[in-house]
Amino acid sequence: MHCSAAFSQAATSATAVPTISGSRHVGALHSSSSSSSCTLLIPSKPINLRFCGLRREAFGFSPSAFTRCSNSQRVRLPSRRRFKGSNVSASLGDNGIPKSFDYDLIIIGAGVGGHGAALHAVEKGLKTAIIEGDVVGGTCVNRGCVPSKALLAVSGRMRELQSEHHMKALGLQVHAAGYDRQGVADHANNLATKIRNNLTNSMKALGVDILTGVGTILGPQKVKFGTDNIVTAKDIIIATGSVPFVPKGIEVDGKTVITSDHALKLEFVPDWIAIVGSGYIGLEFSDVYTALGSEVTFIEALDQLMPGFDPEIGKLAQRVLINPRKIDYHTGVFATKITPAKDGKPVTIELIDAKTKEPKDTLEVDAALIATGRAPFTNGLGLENINVVTQRGFVPVDERMRVIDANGNLVPHLYCIGDANGKMMLAHAASAQGISVVEQVTGRDHVLNHLSIPAACFTHPEISMVGLTEPQAREKAEKEGFEVSVVKTSFKANTKALAENEGEGLAKLIYRPDNGEILGVHIFGLHAADLIHEASNAIALGTRIQDIKFAVHAHPTLSEVLDELFKAAKVNF
Amino acid sequence: MATLSPFLSKTPLSNTPTISFSSSISTPLKWKSITSFSPSGSSSSRSRRRIFIVQSKIREIFMPALSSTMTEGKIVSWIKSEGDVLSKGESVVVVESDKADMDVETFYDGILAAIVVPEGESAPVGAAIGILAETEAEVAQAKAKAASAGAAAPASHPVASTPVPAVSPPERKKVAESAPSGPRKTVATPYAKKLLKQHKVDINSVVGTGPFGRITPEDVEKAAGIAPSKSVAPSAAPAASPKPAPAAAPAAPLLPGSNVVPFTTMQAAVSKNMIESLSVPTFRVGYPIITDALDALYEKVKPKGVTMTALLAKAAAMALVQHPVVNASCKDGKSFTYNANINIAVAVAINGGLITPVLQDADKLDLYLLSQKWKELVEKARSKQLQPHEYNSGTFTLSNLGMFGVDRFDAILPPGQGAIMAVGASKPIVVADADGFFSVKSKMLVNVTADHRIIYGADLAAFLQTFSKIVENPESLTL
Repeated sequence: MHCSAAFSQAATSATAVPTISGSRHVGALHSSSSSSSCTLLIPSKPINLRFCGLRREAFGFSPSAFTRCSNSQRVRLPSRRRFKGSNVSASLGDNGIPKSFDYDLIIIGAGVGGHGAALHAVEKGLKTAIIEGDVVGGTCVNRGCVPSKALLAVSGRMRELQSEHHMKALGLQVHAAGYDRQGVADHANNLATKIRNNLTNSMKALGVDILTGVGTILGPQKVKFGTDNIVTAKDIIIATGSVPFVPKGIEVDGKTVITSDHALKLEFVPDWIAIVGSGYIGLEFSDVYTALGSEVTFIEALDQLMPGFDPEIGKLAQRVLINPRKIDYHTGVFATKITPAKDGKPVTIELIDAKTKEPKDTLEVDAALIATGRAPFTNGLGLENINVVTQRGFVPVDERMRVIDANGNLVPHLYCIGDANGKMMLAHAASAQGISVVEQVTGRDHVLNHLSIPAACFTHPEISMVGLTEPQAREKAEKEGFEVSVVKTSFKANTKALAENEGEGLAKLIYRPDNGEILGVHIFGLHAADLIHEASNAIALGTRIQDIKFAVHAHPTLSEVLDELFKAAKVNF
Repeated sequence: MATLSPFLSKTPLSNTPTISFSSSISTPLKWKSITSFSPSGSSSSRSRRRIFIVQSKIREIFMPALSSTMTEGKIVSWIKSEGDVLSKGESVVVVESDKADMDVETFYDGILAAIVVPEGESAPVGAAIGILAETEAEVAQAKAKAASAGAAAPASHPVASTPVPAVSPPERKKVAESAPSGPRKTVATPYAKKLLKQHKVDINSVVGTGPFGRITPEDVEKAAGIAPSKSVAPSAAPAASPKPAPAAAPAAPLLPGSNVVPFTTMQAAVSKNMIESLSVPTFRVGYPIITDALDALYEKVKPKGVTMTALLAKAAAMALVQHPVVNASCKDGKSFTYNANINIAVAVAINGGLITPVLQDADKLDLYLLSQKWKELVEKARSKQLQPHEYNSGTFTLSNLGMFGVDRFDAILPPGQGAIMAVGASKPIVVADADGFFSVKSKMLVNVTADHRIIYGADLAAFLQTFSKIVENPESLTL
């Protein structure tokens, strides 16, 4: 509907091409058109035009054609709009004859990925529906990032209040800090409810149809939801997410042997809890539990804790987050059998050596949290109807999130984003992938650079990272024949961090000294999760060190840690 | 001879800045100031013991405390090798603390004569990790010293820094062995394991009291002879007479199945004070007091937050004003020490122990302030937040077991005080007055134990008479 209005405007003013797009693009284009030169910036702007579901093949140009020069397109585009003016919400069939669909875009799964895609789709003028078989918000909002942040907010404060020397250093006196378990649990639950409502309302307000029921793909461009409602859409995005992965032999009873789903409800705080897996989830929960008074035993299959983090960051994090706390660990072992507490017996965990498979130890603890990762939730999605075979449950996709079928061919009009494709199991990555898909279906080719997606672990202090770790960067450099340099700055030198009496921390920049490209940034320290975006944005936008080092940071702020990092880097020109 | 009384007094805890559940008593120092190898400052007492170090200008390089929570450090690498000439301010060694790797600089010129703790190994804070000689001539001597230091380091160090009290470990081991260990393996919680390592306690010497017989952090702390999560300041303790040990030693053979639980610091302090009290010649005087008037007053002021403890403390303080000798103490067996203030210590049972928060200047504060003060003190005591002056500045002690229905008891005199009053319950009895009329009155028995070197029978009797008058006519308490 929007489209026709936009079109009429465009038709009356041939030079005002940009007006067919959202207002925020208008200004941008004006500025570039006034310069009348074909700058690098131009290509990205016209592709923000709304195409009302027209397949981009119908236009006969590829996005790269835009990059040549925008002059010709300025002339041509209005005519196209006029040609298509009366066609409101439909799409063109494969044979070029307009075929009618219920929606331009259907998203299966209303988690953060689906939500991000839906919002962007609406912005692009697509008629959009989102199918949800459970609750809006998905894992992140209901059983993941969101409630865990509530618990971590509590644990951070508890830790601070309990740290006598920290308090003393600040001149504060606190007597007998304590907590009310139910109050903490309520805070987490209330937060999840609030964010869920916000999410639901934001979609409703924008006119996204929320279809309730489990979604199943019946065939190309056709989806069933609930028992017998069938809807069609020009494009479909699978965004069904994941569930906690529980290895074989582990009996989850939801009380003493639990997953993050249960742990976030904080139904009890055990004296001693074993956490199987020392990734983000395990680490965050260790932070929560130790702050609330539990002792923690990590069980990690790999030889060191915190695999996946930059080794240097991991080492420092272990010194701060593990060693001084009431935590011990077993590395290089699998938990082959975990039996919940019953009949007056504690939870028992049988460990075997990860390499030799020899029995190694048996632990007796009060509870066990299984944080061994997450498994894609793709069962019952009807993938067999379109000849797609999952790989360990993950939906195979190409770099544009287009689903690949059993024969290695792309399935037209079908995309999969988020945890279900397993590319990068982070809420914001799912959302970014969804936006990328919407860009594609609205005519702009877009490939998401996963190396620009930051990740964060919300321990106290936090850990964050973007891009490559140092070993990864060195390996890549070896292969491609370039040099790698590393610089580090400490939070100990940062005024704001010291004012907070939180000088513990390190920021690390991995870069190419030959051209100033940022390969990776890793931060461990106060508010690291908030600090990483300067680096991730720089990577996403291709900003080089020699440019960003002149950007000004307010003083005194934690962001100066990164400022110093960029300034410390030596780029050879 | 019931003997429950308050006897946690000054000595055991007096040099701790606070009594609290801190993991550390060291104040956070700027690390730079600690990275010196100077044998001065905190380590001076140690160097004094090794006198020749100072004489020959051979200095030990100590493991510095890089953070307030650091108890031991690992040598990441020696930047200098043996024989290298060092100048002031140069980095010598990289130390990994619980938090970070740090370069440690020398504050002295000299020659690195010997490395005591090699790379990759750990040493407790304050332990010698290397030897610095001032001149070539002293290198050999320093090396010899290093050899002995290396051998002696593990043994000598705990005395100086981390508080591993000299609780006889062999004895505990025997206990563990004699107790049926059963087929179960020993389970210790993560923090308990850390403490075992930190306090160098053998896991086999600890009896687990946690769920499923597991060893809890508290068990380890008990076995190590320290108060829960709190470092002990040992320097004041050596004053303790060595006699208690043999007294406690004649260990009767343990009955099968019996359980030996070592004292906490607080309990150890009580024990020490009890033994010490045996050296004071005490005597006891009892006195019956009619409390109807006091009870009536109490009912009146109770809504204003006044407690019976505050009333009794106030009454005692007012009586002490008139009998300063009862508020005095005998420090040396040769003189009276008259105290300028009247500070009433009141015994409070807290979890696993006993402490005596002190109402300072109880004679000067009004009843309401006193009650308020008392409330604060009790809260602090429960949360182990009492400052030393809040529990060791008493000049007279009050112990009340009346709430348990005890009618009379007899208290042991805490060291450093002249008298202690034991208060029993107030009970209705039939009394005949001077005219032969019977009536029912509430009567309470108080019993004062005093040091007869300074307080004589008549003194105490006079004091009790005054006290009884105040209690029986309690209006003055509210003034």
